Amino acid sequence: MGSIISPIREPLVTGNKTYNQITEDICAPTERAPSISWVIAFSVANVLAAVFLFTSAWTIWQGVGTWDLNRTIGWGWDITNFVWWIGIGHAGTLISAILLLFRQKWRTGVNRAAEAMTIFAVAVAGQFPLIHMGRAWFAFFVFPYPNTRGPLWVNFNSPLLWDVFAISTYATVSVLFWYVGLIPDLATVRDRARGFRKKIYGIFSFGWTGSAKHWQRWESLSLILAGLATPLVLSVHTIVSFDFATSVIPGWHTTIFPPYFVAGAIFSGFAMVQTLMIITRYVLKLQDYITIAHIESMNKVILLTGTMVGVAYLTEVFVAWYSGYIYEQFAFYNRAFGPYWFAYFAMMTCNLVSPQIFWFKKMRRNLYVTFIMSIFVNIGMWYERFVIIATTLARDYLPSSWSLYSPTWVEIGIFIGSIGVFFTLFLIFVRVAPVVAIAEIKHILKSSGDQYLEKQKEYVQKQQFSEKN
Amino acid sequence: MANSKNVLFGLYNDDDILIDAIKTARNQKLDIMDVFTPFPVHGLDPALGLAESRIHIAGFVFGLIGAITAMGFMSWISVSDWPIIYGGKPYWPVLSFIPITFELTVLFSAVGMVIVFFTICGLGPGVTAKVLDPRITDDMFCIAFDVSNMEENEKAGLQKFFEETGASEINQKSI
Repeated sequence: MGSIISPIREPLVTGNKTYNQITEDICAPTERAPSISWVIAFSVANVLAAVFLFTSAWTIWQGVGTWDLNRTIGWGWDITNFVWWIGIGHAGTLISAILLLFRQKWRTGVNRAAEAMTIFAVAVAGQFPLIHMGRAWFAFFVFPYPNTRGPLWVNFNSPLLWDVFAISTYATVSVLFWYVGLIPDLATVRDRARGFRKKIYGIFSFGWTGSAKHWQRWESLSLILAGLATPLVLSVHTIVSFDFATSVIPGWHTTIFPPYFVAGAIFSGFAMVQTLMIITRYVLKLQDYITIAHIESMNKVILLTGTMVGVAYLTEVFVAWYSGYIYEQFAFYNRAFGPYWFAYFAMMTCNLVSPQIFWFKKMRRNLYVTFIMSIFVNIGMWYERFVIIATTLARDYLPSSWSLYSPTWVEIGIFIGSIGVFFTLFLIFVRVAPVVAIAEIKHILKSSGDQYLEKQKEYVQKQQFSEKN
Repeated sequence: MANSKNVLFGLYNDDDILIDAIKTARNQKLDIMDVFTPFPVHGLDPALGLAESRIHIAGFVFGLIGAITAMGFMSWISVSDWPIIYGGKPYWPVLSFIPITFELTVLFSAVGMVIVFFTICGLGPGVTAKVLDPRITDDMFCIAFDVSNMEENEKAGLQKFFEETGASEINQKSI
């Protein structure tokens, strides 16, 4: 591969790797017995997942009355969690699709895990509208199918229905994209395995051999899927924001919502990728593939999108004032100084102020700072959704219908439990599939491996030396 | 495939050597059966003279079907089957239909393309991989020739070709 790369680029694969070593390093976690730390993490995640099952079952059995929602505040933690998880589920496809179109080579180190994270986050997010329906066994009513009620169809003018289509499409396309990318790597695991394991991976790798024509079609397919997934990922959170923006609630009825939600989704998604990758690279010893350069690149995205979100916050406030519309003005006054002021300040601090630390290169490259920051952003983005949803609903047009809301133990249990479900799925994933895209790392090795970049550097220096003399 | 092929293949340990070997083979007018690599090697398709993949046509066709299905279905429902006025909008509010039309375009296109990909490649759950050498998915690059109907001297020629182009191993296997 003679692609020329500037020698001043940072290597994306370090440690003088050969093709074989890449296979060994990345397959190793799926082949050895689970470590103690994995077992502990998995047990904790399982307990939390059980909490999720119990509290959701309780909700379905007893009814949504077990939550603190009321006539004024119809959406609380449930939809907050839903939007939060959907937002987290944006980074994976962004990394694999948009960065593929932009030919960003650093995507190869993190795309596989980020895509898996996307799928799990979307799966978790999907639970919230489901249990919020109350009678979850009628959930299939949301799909337009010929029925005995007329047939009476769903309302195609409703953003809530658009959401059904957007999220199911997003989940499907993400799974396809992820799995198509996974097949060659599963074949690698298959060819190293023996006995029963070989059979299992043989089934899941679909008989992949690595034929030249297959690779060509595979690359072509990946590229077009990326082209499709790029507008898709932008559409999903746009449509989620329509749930709010097409309503007539002050503070929701704004045209800034779609871009602002998309930026926020990317922001929170990257934060969750950081949270997971910093731990994963350490536990699975993948520091040579997920390098500080990768982490720094993601921090730059966090800085950019965090600032975009911050500008959107300030724009909202400015437009509320400038519009001269008292209800809109009150909505924002209420957010900052009303009963839920702490949520607004948590959001502002975590999302707008704290990412500014990443203007400093030293901070971008510091793992501890990055990890703490990623947690901050996760918290901040959760509060953002809470501010938008519950705070706004609590104080609407009529003071007589003003209300307050605080979550019950059931709602808290569902939220904490949903984190458990997410981690259970992720921890299973790191055990059974290669966490880093093996084939794609091999593909960039000769252009971004440290030993090749070093050679390139020497070559350039020699060239310059001979020109001088 | 019921009847098995007898395959003579050489393994190379570097992609650059592989590309050179393929070029040599093409110059010598050797009939390469297939090339197997652990990752998509840059420059392999032009060296082999593979025509560009046409899978994007499938993507376009399925996308079109998706768009027509979505728009047609929603229009039929709201204009003919059960017209209802929502929020004072007309019976046929095209703008409201755009999000779902877009989503179904993407959905049909992606699902259709993936199905086409697996079908034309002959891949799927339960398909047994015809693995020439397990290291091909690790770090070996393989050129394979079908020698089922070949004379001994032709085989010897291929053997010589492998040796001259720097193959690290030469093997024969029926798949």
